[in-house]
Amino acid sequence: MKKYILTSTLAALFALGGLSVPALAGPEDVVVENAWSRASIGMNRPGAAYMTIRNTGDEPVTLIGLATPLAMMPEIHETKTNAEGVSSMSPAGEIAIAPGESVALKPGGLHAMLMRLQEPMREGDTFPLTLLFDDGGEVTVEVPILGIAARGPED
Amino acid sequence: MRRRAILGYGAAGVGAVALMLFVGWWQVDRPGGPEPVGQRPVALTEMDFRLTDHEGNAVGPETLIGRPTMAFFGFTYCPDVCPTTLSDISGWLDDLGDEADEMNVVFITVDPERDTVETMAEYVGYFHPAIRGWTGPEKQIARVADGFRATYERVPTESGDYTMNHTASVFLFAASGRFVTMIDYHEPREFAVPKIGRVLEEQMEGAT
Repeated sequence: MKKYILTSTLAALFALGGLSVPALAGPEDVVVENAWSRASIGMNRPGAAYMTIRNTGDEPVTLIGLATPLAMMPEIHETKTNAEGVSSMSPAGEIAIAPGESVALKPGGLHAMLMRLQEPMREGDTFPLTLLFDDGGEVTVEVPILGIAARGPED
Repeated sequence: MRRRAILGYGAAGVGAVALMLFVGWWQVDRPGGPEPVGQRPVALTEMDFRLTDHEGNAVGPETLIGRPTMAFFGFTYCPDVCPTTLSDISGWLDDLGDEADEMNVVFITVDPERDTVETMAEYVGYFHPAIRGWTGPEKQIARVADGFRATYERVPTESGDYTMNHTASVFLFAASGRFVTMIDYHEPREFAVPKIGRVLEEQMEGAT
């Protein structure tokens, strides 16, 4: 599975690499690892996807949005749990990733919230998710859909 | 012209501060508002509520007396925290093995409007078989949350739907109904499982 993600990431990098201006911190410097999501029950509930986004370049990159044919409103959201143990969720806005740093989208924190699903998320399938950056760069990853009770990319 | 603009901003600023203070007061101290959180839940024997489990059985706090209980709040339209909590609990139960058969594990919805008995049945079916799903009228859910000193709140989302903010901790009660401790969200498994073990041991001691 890992190999698959890597291959699709590379494919996306190749596809987009030729289009970007070398001076900008383009998507060729962004590596997405361990992407995964949970199967949905039907289409009424929002889905969530997780991954690690690594900036291997020398310039900061800023993630400004998501796109996928799977959901009409994909957005990066963040779950926060306060001192009283109450969890809430809200849009995370833009996410800057410094050179050499990475951002983890993981359960209970940042996640790709997939609102208005266009089809159910079925265990065993994958879907393309495109990360949009402020310099116009894009990186598309193929996200595997695991079981509803999955806890991480290895489950 | 410029001075007027500044005065205008000043007045708007004072207004904004006053509004913030009012909102803060309203959220924390309003008459009949939520009790200050952080208090301990009352004993199950002091709670009073009527709900329905995912198989359609009438249930209440008395259903839980006699065996140790692990209970938590959530909703099935929750994409992140709830499936994670349910998966964590399924993992803890797997770690505990047969011992876990001796306890009640209850997932109580804070979103009864969408979480019907049928919805709860389908949802809990994807997790550990010991997990029961409880739902009921909003008024009854409010009584449960009050007893647990838990909070929940409906929040509209940009997609036109709504989500629920809610207490994400897992509550542990002894077989007698006494509140023992809670497992906070994000608490690592090496702390969570021994806490559950402690509640189970108390049960053993009580039995001998």
